[in-house]
Amino acid sequence: MPLLPVRWRWLVASGFLLCAPIVAGMAWLVLTALFDRVHGLVPAGPLAPENWAFVGSPSVGGRPPAVVALLNSVLFSFAVAAVEIVVASMAAYAISRLHFPGRSLYLAVVLVLHAFPAVSLLIAIFYILRVLGLFDTLVGVILVKTALELPLGIWLMKGFFDFLSWEMEMAALVDGMSRWGVFWKVALPMVRPGLLALGTFALLSAWGEFILPFTLIVSSRSWTLATYLQSFLTEAFTDFGMVAAVGLFYALPVLVLFGLGQRYLLNLYGGGVKG
Amino acid sequence: MEEATRAAVAARARERAWRGLWVPLLFLLPATLLVSLFYLLPVATTLYLSFTDISTVTFRNPQWVGWENYRDLVRDPFLGRILGNTARYVSLTLAFNIGVGLLLALLTSHVPERAGNPVRALWLLPRILPPVVYVLIWQGLTRESPFGLVSNVVGVSRNWITAEPWTVIVLANGMVGASFGMLLFTSAIRSIPADLFYAAAVDGATAWQTVRRVILPLLRWPLLFATAYQTLSLLTSFEYILLLTDGGPGFYTTTVWSLHAYKLALSNYFGNVQFGMGAAMAAVLVVVGVVVSVLYLRLFNFKALVGEPKIEVN
Repeated sequence: MPLLPVRWRWLVASGFLLCAPIVAGMAWLVLTALFDRVHGLVPAGPLAPENWAFVGSPSVGGRPPAVVALLNSVLFSFAVAAVEIVVASMAAYAISRLHFPGRSLYLAVVLVLHAFPAVSLLIAIFYILRVLGLFDTLVGVILVKTALELPLGIWLMKGFFDFLSWEMEMAALVDGMSRWGVFWKVALPMVRPGLLALGTFALLSAWGEFILPFTLIVSSRSWTLATYLQSFLTEAFTDFGMVAAVGLFYALPVLVLFGLGQRYLLNLYGGGVKG
Repeated sequence: MEEATRAAVAARARERAWRGLWVPLLFLLPATLLVSLFYLLPVATTLYLSFTDISTVTFRNPQWVGWENYRDLVRDPFLGRILGNTARYVSLTLAFNIGVGLLLALLTSHVPERAGNPVRALWLLPRILPPVVYVLIWQGLTRESPFGLVSNVVGVSRNWITAEPWTVIVLANGMVGASFGMLLFTSAIRSIPADLFYAAAVDGATAWQTVRRVILPLLRWPLLFATAYQTLSLLTSFEYILLLTDGGPGFYTTTVWSLHAYKLALSNYFGNVQFGMGAAMAAVLVVVGVVVSVLYLRLFNFKALVGEPKIEVN
């Protein structure tokens, strides 16, 4: 609803200048990745396809090939999303539908963990992975990332299961289907929007994840794109053209999703489901 | 005969109770395992490690040293500086997050939906962009002339991250966090009945009075929630600082509590990392985190969130 009278239009318009840095930042990334030299936001050199040479190069300055980092990132993100969806749905289904002692306590713990800042546990997680022999492996990082995202996932899926009417499940149970069968064949297909929401969250979050692979992975053959890109940022003389190209390459899936699904993302993040 | 029947009934009841338990157990097993291994166990491990002398040298065989790490922590001559940095980081970023979030919510609610939505979506970008890419963009924009946009616009050639580290840190973190408040406040403003605005308009309230006397009082809970939630997450977050300044430039200029803990325990620049010392600093955060998140539950009415399950047939 309009709050200000029309003659204050200019104030509203200038308020939207707050967005300028974001637009400028995105423009900088794209221009710097495409041109040889960029002064501010003005290209000062010709188009520079050589910025993108890293894509096919076997190694840039002793790093693993970009393709390896890309594959690791894809593997990491999809594994986290897949495991999280299955594990969180199972737990959420039990909390939403089944009666067991300690149910309320279980939910309380999930909620507390949802609010609890997991980064503070990183030192202990490092130690535990070393003891388990999972340090410096993608499997280890996948498990940690999935676990840290679980409280959100369980909480989100519980909301979806709670909202579902249970007549269908009841009918299937009466007809002799097992709980396990009901969960997979009846309940899960009905919460598809929830699975999609959780999947999107998990993919976006895992794709961007930096601090976990940075801390828990040493060998460069297990690098993800996050650690791959970061290795360029700490160099004394950064070739910004190439690094911007790496950055744009890495951010591309996110930008495509943003371009196609702005509305969806707004509903997702605005729905109060994500802290 | 009667005895046998009773025994059979009891056996069936036992069987049903057991069957009633193993189904939920099966469903909860994977989640419980992962959460125990990487949430609950780490809480205990952090506390345990903070009472040992564990370091690179003693990694395999740490000794119990009681409160020594905590005593060293209190005696650390740089503790004051780190505490000051942390307070500065949390308060300034929080003010930016809540202030800009509120401003954006008001602005985008004021204009028609088709103008408001793209603006809100745009502010999601810093949050969903991979942090390393986001920081790369900040580095690019804050370079010296003729490359850096900030230098060109201001007219002074500087590397602004080294020249004004705190401004950059607060702005960079703030722009990521502002969308949180923005979305929360927008939906709260939307749920205000239109009658209230008509009534205010009829009574001749100015725009400022409408915001101050109608909107803000109704936004009390979302404001409180955003403040509480973000305080805790800012207190423990250090990812963007690590990437932007790595705690520098110079000596501890922008090192906050959580970053210092991380570097003490996990960064190998000085050879022998002080794992126990880092754990002691992290333990403080863990204790604060547990206490505050339990308080949230009380504050934001946990009972209402935990309804009984829908089907009690197992």
